[in-house]
Amino acid sequence: MISVRDLVVTFGAGRDAVQAVRGVSFEVAEGESFGLVGESGSGKSTVLRALAGLNRDWSGGAAIAGIDVSTRDRRLPRLVQMVFQDPYASLHPRHTVDRALSEPLEIHGIGEVSARVEKAMADVGLDPAFRFRFPNQLSGGQRQRVAIARALMLEPRVLLLDEPTSALDVSVQAEILNLLRRLRVSQRLTMILVSHNLAVVAHMCDRLAVMNRGLVVEEMDVATLRREDPREPYTRQLLLASRGYDREAAARMITYD
Amino acid sequence: MSALLEVDDLRVSFATPTGRFDAVRGVSFALGRERLGIVGESGSGKSLTGRAIMRLLPPSAQLEARRLAFDGTDLLRATPAALRAIRGARISLVLQDPKYSLNPVMTVGEQIAEAARIHGGVSKAQARRKTLEMLEAVRIRDPERVARLYPHEVSGGMGQRIMIAMMLVPEPDLLIADEPTSALDVTVQMQVLAILDDLVARRGMGLIFISHDLDLVASFCDRVLVMYAGRVVEERAAADLAAATHPYTQGLLRSLPRIGDERAELPTLSRDPAWLEG
Repeated sequence: MISVRDLVVTFGAGRDAVQAVRGVSFEVAEGESFGLVGESGSGKSTVLRALAGLNRDWSGGAAIAGIDVSTRDRRLPRLVQMVFQDPYASLHPRHTVDRALSEPLEIHGIGEVSARVEKAMADVGLDPAFRFRFPNQLSGGQRQRVAIARALMLEPRVLLLDEPTSALDVSVQAEILNLLRRLRVSQRLTMILVSHNLAVVAHMCDRLAVMNRGLVVEEMDVATLRREDPREPYTRQLLLASRGYDREAAARMITYD
Repeated sequence: MSALLEVDDLRVSFATPTGRFDAVRGVSFALGRERLGIVGESGSGKSLTGRAIMRLLPPSAQLEARRLAFDGTDLLRATPAALRAIRGARISLVLQDPKYSLNPVMTVGEQIAEAARIHGGVSKAQARRKTLEMLEAVRIRDPERVARLYPHEVSGGMGQRIMIAMMLVPEPDLLIADEPTSALDVTVQMQVLAILDDLVARRGMGLIFISHDLDLVASFCDRVLVMYAGRVVEERAAADLAAATHPYTQGLLRSLPRIGDERAELPTLSRDPAWLEG
């Protein structure tokens, strides 16, 4: 369903050029949920933004359902949608929930707007009473539900999730993760989830790639992650750090280049 | 020996157009030379509790307490000059976001040295030496070079470590750290926590560690207060946080995904109105 080949993303030019992604390749099968894990600056979000068409300045190959994402193929928005980390920033502050959800339908000339908005709100567990509210009248979790509903308005087959719960409290995180798991089944979605949180990826994904400094360090299935049995020392260190503070372990941590 | 910090029935409220809002409702604790964690979700009042101790609340906030005392000094009745002598020099506050806490038009080295001179009362030459030592202590490679940089020239993680260096250079007796490592990568986070850990162990500094991360607090602190809606609903030794008895704490712990578990649905929290009062 998703194929990425030798993806290279460079920011800046000349002396200041920085290669954020330095040749990344992976495949995601239809219906699969794939995790991209790494620390800040690893390039995980940059890969996602290239796939979403938000960054067109890259080389290599990337295709979704056989369509090259470097083209501006009009089928792409109906095929792939994205949910961002911060629902406070990703919703227009002066657009109501109704407007945020109707807009993609109007742009793509899809009818039955009202019925579709109602259904989308029900699908993400939003009370119909919120339909004409503004984002500042909603909690963080409710806003993220709106952002997910908006991403699903065009009935995409692929959902790209960039740290969808890291701005939320843990109790709200649980609700959103449950919702995403349910939607994945009911809407037969293929997902890529970018996260720094190994437990979230273990909960949500079938397979994952660990990134560091623009490269994929290793790929593994979720069973390997759950057994905490990775191949690479970098991944072992990430796992160790995710278990909480340990004075001995902290002293041994090193920087992998 | 009396406690380093005594907080008894601390209350913070705000006047709003729809009436009075009580953000912190009767928080009490005593702190020794230890690592105390305060955990809670957004809006629980944990950050306001930290700022109230520093007497750094917005003007619209009303602060009340039966007692709020640091090393015998009554912080409620202290003069502004007395408070200034305590803030920075004896109680230091590290905030989550270095972007808003570093001066953009001063080099990193100048800011740290200034903190050392003003609050630590050392000479210019000593301040410079302490600056470089502190940058090294927060695991910054090449401190000489970094000291010459401006805040916009460093990464977020480095900015956070610089801020921690600046707050620690006057050698405070109490450090209040509000989500100090949330913006850091896990490995750097571990290293920064190790620095704080050493300061508590070696210098006998008191530490209030405010965080939403239950696992981190459980593994790092000695004691934990769990806050909900402006009150402390549970207090226990950090090592036994897993044995929490309050349904809110239990609910939070259960709602966390874990690497080894295969639960399909995570239990969500249904908030009981009774928790507001206990």
